[in-house]
Amino acid sequence: MLSRVARNIYWLSRYLERAENTARIMNVNSNLLLDLPKHIRLGWEPILEIITSSEQFHQHYTIADEANVARFIIADLHNPSSIINSLHHARENARTIREIIPREAWEQINSLYLLAKESQANSLNRRHRYSYLNQIILSNQAITGILAGTMTHDEGYDFLRLGRNLERADMTTRIIDVRSASLLPDINDQQAPFENIQWMSVLKSLTGYQMYRREVRLRIKRQDVLRFLLLNLKFPRALNHTLQQAEDSLKDLPRGKEVIEFIQSVRSHLEATHPEQLNQDDLHEFIDEIQSNLNIIHDKTASTYF
Amino acid sequence: MSIDWKNYQVNNLHDEMIKDVGIPRSFSKEISEFLTSLSNEEIEEFKAASDLAIQTMGITFRVYSDEEGSIDRAWPFDIIPRMIDKKEWDTIETGLKQRVKALNLFINDLYNDQNIIKDGVFPGQLLEKSKNFLPQCKGFTPPFGVWANICGSDIVRDNDGCVYVLEDNLRVPSGVSYMLENRQVMKRVFPEMFDTYNILPVDDYVSDLYDMLVQLSPRKIDEPEIVVLTPGTYNSAYFEHAYLAQQMGAELVVGDDLIVDENDCVFMRTINGLSQVDVIYRRIDDSFLDPEAFNPDSTLGVPGLMRAWLAGKVALANAPGSGVADDKVVYAFVPEIIEYYLGEKPILPNVPTYKCINPEDLDYVLNNIEKLVVKPANESGGYGMLIGPHATKKEHQAFKKLITEDPRNYIAQPMLMLSTAPTMVETGVEPRHLDLRPFILSGKDINVTTGGLTRVALRKGSIVVNSSQGGGSKDTWIVDMESD
Repeated sequence: MLSRVARNIYWLSRYLERAENTARIMNVNSNLLLDLPKHIRLGWEPILEIITSSEQFHQHYTIADEANVARFIIADLHNPSSIINSLHHARENARTIREIIPREAWEQINSLYLLAKESQANSLNRRHRYSYLNQIILSNQAITGILAGTMTHDEGYDFLRLGRNLERADMTTRIIDVRSASLLPDINDQQAPFENIQWMSVLKSLTGYQMYRREVRLRIKRQDVLRFLLLNLKFPRALNHTLQQAEDSLKDLPRGKEVIEFIQSVRSHLEATHPEQLNQDDLHEFIDEIQSNLNIIHDKTASTYF
Repeated sequence: MSIDWKNYQVNNLHDEMIKDVGIPRSFSKEISEFLTSLSNEEIEEFKAASDLAIQTMGITFRVYSDEEGSIDRAWPFDIIPRMIDKKEWDTIETGLKQRVKALNLFINDLYNDQNIIKDGVFPGQLLEKSKNFLPQCKGFTPPFGVWANICGSDIVRDNDGCVYVLEDNLRVPSGVSYMLENRQVMKRVFPEMFDTYNILPVDDYVSDLYDMLVQLSPRKIDEPEIVVLTPGTYNSAYFEHAYLAQQMGAELVVGDDLIVDENDCVFMRTINGLSQVDVIYRRIDDSFLDPEAFNPDSTLGVPGLMRAWLAGKVALANAPGSGVADDKVVYAFVPEIIEYYLGEKPILPNVPTYKCINPEDLDYVLNNIEKLVVKPANESGGYGMLIGPHATKKEHQAFKKLITEDPRNYIAQPMLMLSTAPTMVETGVEPRHLDLRPFILSGKDINVTTGGLTRVALRKGSIVVNSSQGGGSKDTWIVDMESD
């Protein structure tokens, strides 16, 4: 398989995953804000931190209110990670490998981009935003399904899985990092006001609420949520699971030894650290470390294959 | 709107199927009867079936648009086939082989000894003006001395019924994938006609192409690495590049996929590491092929590719520089070129061409300019042309002045009346003008496709057959009327 083709498949799936995750976060945050009393002002700044950076945002806007943040995150071409840009990149990557991916998948990717672009106006309107974002999430799920069901599970498919899981790992750690920072105080068991509801929203951003409930039947607690989202091996968006999947997809590829060994070391480190017991500062530092390791996994993949 | 040949107006043109009002040609009796027997519903059904087949097989060409980059359009396809009797085709085929053989000898001579110039048959000054002559290629001889491994020659029939070669495309001719796919569509739409007629098959083209490319490999190994080099998805012929690569089981690569190392070998980047490439079927023009050797701004090409080719480490088809033989002034010399290298009379005629470089021809052109089509040597795509019968007196005068000032740069031809064939239109069947592009493969041997791509101008009265300008295509049937 040509390196370019492998690289395009990898980025195709990263961009699709990024668009979907971003749509999920937007929806959850809109919901969360409606539930919180007015004196707890979480606002929209954390969303910027998760998805892009406030610095980029403030080059173009002054106030981080709902309307501006929604526009920036969903439809703004200045924001390299906006949903519309992610879908555009996904489509451009797919276009050049149309002979490799199933035709239906290409058509779905193409029409997802066109749909997202044509009905952008809906995303800015609070009333229609939920269904707009939901459509993006569902179309993405459909694409994932088409690819799983119709694309030969060969090397190309390995790169698809690799890209998706690394993007997920990245997003999961970002969400935990930003969200837990605003959820002080930490392990001292002192329940901050509405902490419960906020941890719930963390889980919901990762569609993990229902699955978490099945695993952990107790009241929602920071430690349990962190353990679930970082260490669980069965939940598809848990860090440990995504790393295991990435490792697995590399096993069928040639010359994967170096990257695999690195991922294994990251996973052992993760399991040995017991991140759920770290206090907030240490957790932040630990997640920084994980994030830089994710970058190293990407770099090693790129230098080996692309 | 079922078909009645009595209403089909042949006018004063040569029609490929209908000889005169209501009278089919000898080989088209059965098909014309078959078409008449179809009800309106059946005709609609066949059209729908062919549209569907085209869609599901993904036969598209690209039309550039600013808004969405490029989009795919279905390539218009007419379900009435264009038929040629095998007896006539045999002559055309022999004529094409003769022509391409001579053209390749000519190109090889130009880049080496230039005997044809020394012997005074071809004026050396024309070469100096040629944009397609690449000095970098001097002294080089590609495998078998063949430069244009894949040639697409455009053939037309005038109203005198005679077949002429209109031009030879020796650089990166396209359209062969449509020829192959059209046949697939016809087999689905009119299977009964394949029982009635003995229609010669076309589908060995891809394996002939593959075999020819293998012959060019510098490394004599069992399975040389062959790739198709495309400018990318925005190119109008990208569908064909992808199609041919897929059919040959070759990788479809872009410039960035390839690198040339310090030993002048070419490699492609794969997930297994670098893998050596032996033969490149390139669908990129010469000037974009290698930024080191030609246009330094080209991002489509591969730096060092010319170096690798000249060192004999990789084969390029077609060879860079083969375009020297397809400009309009060289075209005018093809009959002389055939006689000079092969000692034979040309089997297929050129369209009669006046070379203004000859005083007699110049005299004729200046006195008959209102009847002629005048073409400058080094322009293409119809730029700087004069169509005498459609031009004003003032334009005639302006061109006379241009020609007198620089006679070397001009040729002139009588205006041709392209033949027609019955074509489905909204209101039934009407004659439309067409041409034919056969493809000729040259390696150790020369192979011609059975028939070729028939392009048809779908607009009434139009003679422009290009896909970008309202052209469509038909399946081309070479029918053997003598065997049973």
